[in-house]
Amino acid sequence: MSEISIQREDAQRMGFFTDTTVCIGCKACEVACKQWNDLPADGAVFRGKGSYDHTGQLGADTWRHVRFIELLEPSEIAREEAARALANGAGGQLPQIPASELAEAGAGVRSEEIPDLVSMASQEVDVARAVADMDRWVFMSDVCKHCTNAGCMDACPTGALIRTEFETVILQPDVCNGCGYCIPSCPFGVVDRSHDDGRASKCTLCYDRLEDGMEPACAKACPTDSIQFGTYEELVNLAERRVAKLHEKGLDRAYLYGAGDAPENAIAGGLGAFFLLTEPPERYGLPADADSPIQQNVVPATLAAMAAAFGAAASVAALFRFRARFLTGMAVAAAGVEAWRS
Amino acid sequence: MAEAHPVGFRWVMRAKERGAKIINVDPRFGRTGSKADTFVPIRSGTDIAFLGGLIRYILETESYFKEYVRHYTNATTIVSEKFADTEDLGGLFSGFDPETGTYDRSTWMYEGGEVASAAGTREHATQAFTEKTGVGLLEGPLHRDETMQHPRCVLQLLRKHYSRYTPEMVAQICGIPEQQLLDVARTLIANSGRERTTALVYAVGWTQQSLGVQIIRAGSILQLLLGNIGRPGGGIMAMRGHATIQGSSDIPTLYDLLPGYLPMPRARATQLTLDHYVAANRAEKGWWSNFDKYIVSMLKAWFGEAATADNEYGFRHMPKITGNHAHFPTMMRAVDGGLDGMFVMGQNPAVGSQNAGLMRHALRNMKWLVIRDLNEIESATFWRDAPEIQSGEIAPEDIQTEVFLMPAATHVEKQGSFTQTQRMVQWRDKALDPPDDARSELWFMHHLTKRVIAHYANSTDPKDWPIANLQWGYSEHHEGSVPDEPSAEEVLKEINGYTVADAEPLSSFTQLTTDGSTACGCWIYSGVYADGVNQARRRNAGDINAEGGWVSPEWGWAWPANRRILYNRASADPQGRPWSERKKYVWWDAEQGKWTGYDVPDFPPNKAPDYRPPADAKGMDAIAGDEPFMMMGDGRAWLYSPSGLLDGPFPTHYEPVESPVPNLLYPALSSNPVAIAWDRPDNPVNIARDPRWPVVMTTFRLTEHHTVGGMSRTLPWLNELQPEMFVELDPTLAADRGIVDGGWLVVETSRGEIEARAMVTERMRPLRIADQVIHQIAVPWHWGYSGLNTGDSINDLLHLSGDPNTTIETTKSLTCQVRAGRRRSPETSTVGEAPHGHVDVNHEHPSEAPKLRQTHTP
Amino acid sequence: MPGSRFQKLRSLPVTNRVVDWGMGPHAVSKQTRQAGARIAGLEVTESVCPYCAVGCSQAVYTRGGELVDIEGNPRSPVNQGTLCPKGSASRQLVQQPGRLTKVKYRRPGGKDWEELDLETAMDMIADRVISARENGWQSVDEHGQPVDRTLGFAHLGGATLDNEENYLIRKSFTAMGAVQIENQARI
Repeated sequence: MSEISIQREDAQRMGFFTDTTVCIGCKACEVACKQWNDLPADGAVFRGKGSYDHTGQLGADTWRHVRFIELLEPSEIAREEAARALANGAGGQLPQIPASELAEAGAGVRSEEIPDLVSMASQEVDVARAVADMDRWVFMSDVCKHCTNAGCMDACPTGALIRTEFETVILQPDVCNGCGYCIPSCPFGVVDRSHDDGRASKCTLCYDRLEDGMEPACAKACPTDSIQFGTYEELVNLAERRVAKLHEKGLDRAYLYGAGDAPENAIAGGLGAFFLLTEPPERYGLPADADSPIQQNVVPATLAAMAAAFGAAASVAALFRFRARFLTGMAVAAAGVEAWRS
Repeated sequence: MAEAHPVGFRWVMRAKERGAKIINVDPRFGRTGSKADTFVPIRSGTDIAFLGGLIRYILETESYFKEYVRHYTNATTIVSEKFADTEDLGGLFSGFDPETGTYDRSTWMYEGGEVASAAGTREHATQAFTEKTGVGLLEGPLHRDETMQHPRCVLQLLRKHYSRYTPEMVAQICGIPEQQLLDVARTLIANSGRERTTALVYAVGWTQQSLGVQIIRAGSILQLLLGNIGRPGGGIMAMRGHATIQGSSDIPTLYDLLPGYLPMPRARATQLTLDHYVAANRAEKGWWSNFDKYIVSMLKAWFGEAATADNEYGFRHMPKITGNHAHFPTMMRAVDGGLDGMFVMGQNPAVGSQNAGLMRHALRNMKWLVIRDLNEIESATFWRDAPEIQSGEIAPEDIQTEVFLMPAATHVEKQGSFTQTQRMVQWRDKALDPPDDARSELWFMHHLTKRVIAHYANSTDPKDWPIANLQWGYSEHHEGSVPDEPSAEEVLKEINGYTVADAEPLSSFTQLTTDGSTACGCWIYSGVYADGVNQARRRNAGDINAEGGWVSPEWGWAWPANRRILYNRASADPQGRPWSERKKYVWWDAEQGKWTGYDVPDFPPNKAPDYRPPADAKGMDAIAGDEPFMMMGDGRAWLYSPSGLLDGPFPTHYEPVESPVPNLLYPALSSNPVAIAWDRPDNPVNIARDPRWPVVMTTFRLTEHHTVGGMSRTLPWLNELQPEMFVELDPTLAADRGIVDGGWLVVETSRGEIEARAMVTERMRPLRIADQVIHQIAVPWHWGYSGLNTGDSINDLLHLSGDPNTTIETTKSLTCQVRAGRRRSPETSTVGEAPHGHVDVNHEHPSEAPKLRQTHTP
Repeated sequence: MPGSRFQKLRSLPVTNRVVDWGMGPHAVSKQTRQAGARIAGLEVTESVCPYCAVGCSQAVYTRGGELVDIEGNPRSPVNQGTLCPKGSASRQLVQQPGRLTKVKYRRPGGKDWEELDLETAMDMIADRVISARENGWQSVDEHGQPVDRTLGFAHLGGATLDNEENYLIRKSFTAMGAVQIENQARI
């Protein structure tokens, strides 16, 4: 665990537990995140591949992203139809489409994705399995993992990336100089450079909301509570019970990604935002193992950290004034929030 | 449900966590299917065959909830011997008139109940109120067989009607494997009865069919056989798509209804006076015996002091309907030059109504058009942006329609109430001012009406009486930036009702009178302002984890009388005891001598379960203490509907109007013989089994968009989630047509052709239907030519047709052809012929009545 | 309720925060220190989502008459603070690009919009309605039955409007004699 920059008595590690078995792929989290954080839509692109996912991946303006993982297999009828077409003289990818028509078909055409009748016809399909697999359209709301060993923090030379009192990792845009070292240092590809000003950008686990005693926008909006927010310890506990329950119900392939591992095996030292998955990690675009590329080499990290200290020193004086304001402000905000909940 | 109502699905997921089984029946494997325990693929439009298969299995295995069925439904009632079933007549019921394409329903009556005041008044698509409720049908004594063995008792007729809906037949019609049908049936049976209940949830996949109402009735029959109506965790739930689409039927902007489901007066000799109108619509037995109180109180609310007993409370001045004045015939009248102008408020017919090419033609032929919306929707810019304008086929200067585009206020910029899908009325407080000249519809209607009243204030012409005497004293308030906003709460108070003498709000419709001493805008909403308190603004959820606490009776207000589950008397057994401790909801408290429970009992509060009406009993006295369905004249839920529907007393499988396969059950017929069809050159229908249209097309909604996009395609955050119009199709069909994923495809029907991106996916599965393999495509309907991202509108490819009971069109089951590539022509619709200059509006109204078309196959 | 996993963890320790003095490598910036100020001083209004008919309650946050945030209302037993993507985006419905704020008028044969004063537009519309009412008036139908109505104008809409608005539409247009009144419930 890298150093915590903001201390608070009683502050606990907070995190996300994302249970993919109840996610319905509605993307409320993506929008709620953008709404709260005032992130712009970052491009309307039809991505094809038979998927409803058109936002693609996490990015500077997409701090939550729902992946759609489809593992459906051709149905028995589809397979028979393909065989019949072949028997009637269709070639592997017949009917052949003239190049001119392909050109006419416009952007987005990927000829290699023309359904292959041969493979469709010859595919071994277990009918019972195919029916059971109809539920294998899996959704996973991806987000910054708020790693225990955060590669981005280690790489950051300016101190823009810090660990908060909630042991989350946030990026301070007013410190970031846009060097981009953090981007390759994230084993999950989370951190991205903003299109506007070139500075890095990522999920803050709604640090500003946490300060006001509110849960993060994505977790609050999630209609099926696939995204759960809470103290890290409680969440891990909850998640382990959930896995056990799913195993009891026969879903043997359910497991936790990023939590509950022995320290020596923990992914990036353990993830503040961890997941319950039912498919191998790679299917979700997650590394089977991940650690900070810099963790093994303390020297560069220290150098980078020292460099950042110069910039930080300037703001020391302001902190005295800040503390007084903060405590007053907190009391008011907390009272307001409590009144709201009653 | 996960797709179009994600937050509603929150509760389904919670039920699943507690062990509930989720079964999803859909032509398309969607986000709901992804979370279902069982996904049942179905050929679109064959729902009655599927439901009929379940009904048959339940009857054949004697698995129905016998005590519930015997006491609470009309299963025991004997039907007239004049009735003949579709099994006897090759797919038609008795009473079919091939000349008019309608049924004479007098042969469908109960034995002994044939005295029907409504007999002989057959109308197409504008079914009279009396026929819906059985008013006048039950004047004779009913005959019942408690053993349910009589060959003409409803249960035996039901058994016979569905006897051929075997698993094999269902598999051939629907494409559902036999084993899967059996699995579903067994799951339903295992999860129904005293200890358990099953809920049915549907949406427009059922309603937007040529026999939509009958599909829902088939669902009702299934639920009644299983004892799942009026009980917690049971019922049939319509997932509705607009914030107050329920409210807009309750307080209807619908041509054939007045508020509270009172019928619009008809131009019939039997309905011209108030007495006649009441006599025709008031029931002798059951709740509708109160009918006269509701209409008189409504007229008092509208015409105030001018409405007196002497002038029949102004009833004779009310406009009268003569046929079908629904949206489609109205737009056809406009095409034919019969409509001066139109108000469009929060609707978008240019791309949002079916046969959109015809709709745009109608807009071009009006003198004026007033659109109220938040942005430049397609209906406001049809003269500039529509495909036929863009192509140059029609020039804007040739379009003589004058257009007023009025900026509207959003939901947070005004106060008012929405009625959500469970009849719950919820008030919204105003959070901020509308910008500049944006105004609420309340403001618009108030100030427009004031102007029209001023124009006619001194008129003595009888035709102007209603407007000159219209009660319109709503006070205006300075609200933020709006200096003269009328009071929405005052309107709600009028809807609720008040005493005429001292303007005291009523607490319930039971206080309404026939003597003009009460005024009430909508009787079913009476109580929403009880005690002078806006009950819809209540926001106390209570402890939802307490026993029965999940009813949350103090959150909002549900009509009628704040009841959350209708017919909840059925949650108790005939003796008034809960069917089980687990499913306890409303029960008879013998000590107190009243009904009690977690909800407001839907029954006369002190009527004991053992009450038996004397032979000459009238009104509510005629309903026995163990007859929960008190809105029906016989107090029973109708497995068999002697009068309620225009297309048959039992739901019967017919093919969709456009279908690639024959009707296996009734080979002589293809589609619903009494479905409404408008046979016009600009509304062509793909003939059944026409080889040019081999593919089944169904439309659907996406989570990320709303209707045709007027409230979502202008929002960047939603736009990026679903940026382009597309069509889902299965890989085999794609391979056959050379269509590649992400590339372009064209969908064609006899109305025109549209282009879209191809989404090739295993989520669409070909089905084996009899000896054919049928491919289905699924098309979202969210696109049009305005907004941040544009795309062809599927509505250009749909035809106008109607369920005979509702005039709701078919959007879910059509036929088409698909091919790779782009559109051949810049036009999407081929039906809207170019107008030759402005058609002068004549005042003859040629297409008032729909032309009827036989749908028999050759 | 089995599965406490559905209970959101809403209460957090919010007192006694002590900020690192910033001498270390991970300094706390001004923006970070001000995190949380965004909620303070906001007014909350309870509303209902305008999209589908589930009826999710919304908490609408404003500051000085400006819309800042729309979220699910945690008090509601319908949605318990959650919203779908459309509901979550509804602030952008209010603040959408291209939001109409003035009356636009297109004259017959016109190729462009013209701007119109609201009161003028209301007067013009009232004139059109009165004229259409008279043009399309029918006292009796073709069988001589009294009908007392106008077929001169029609109305479409209502399922996105408020109940009170629909009531005024129904009451006013029916009093004017219009019968061609319809909404989305039948489309």
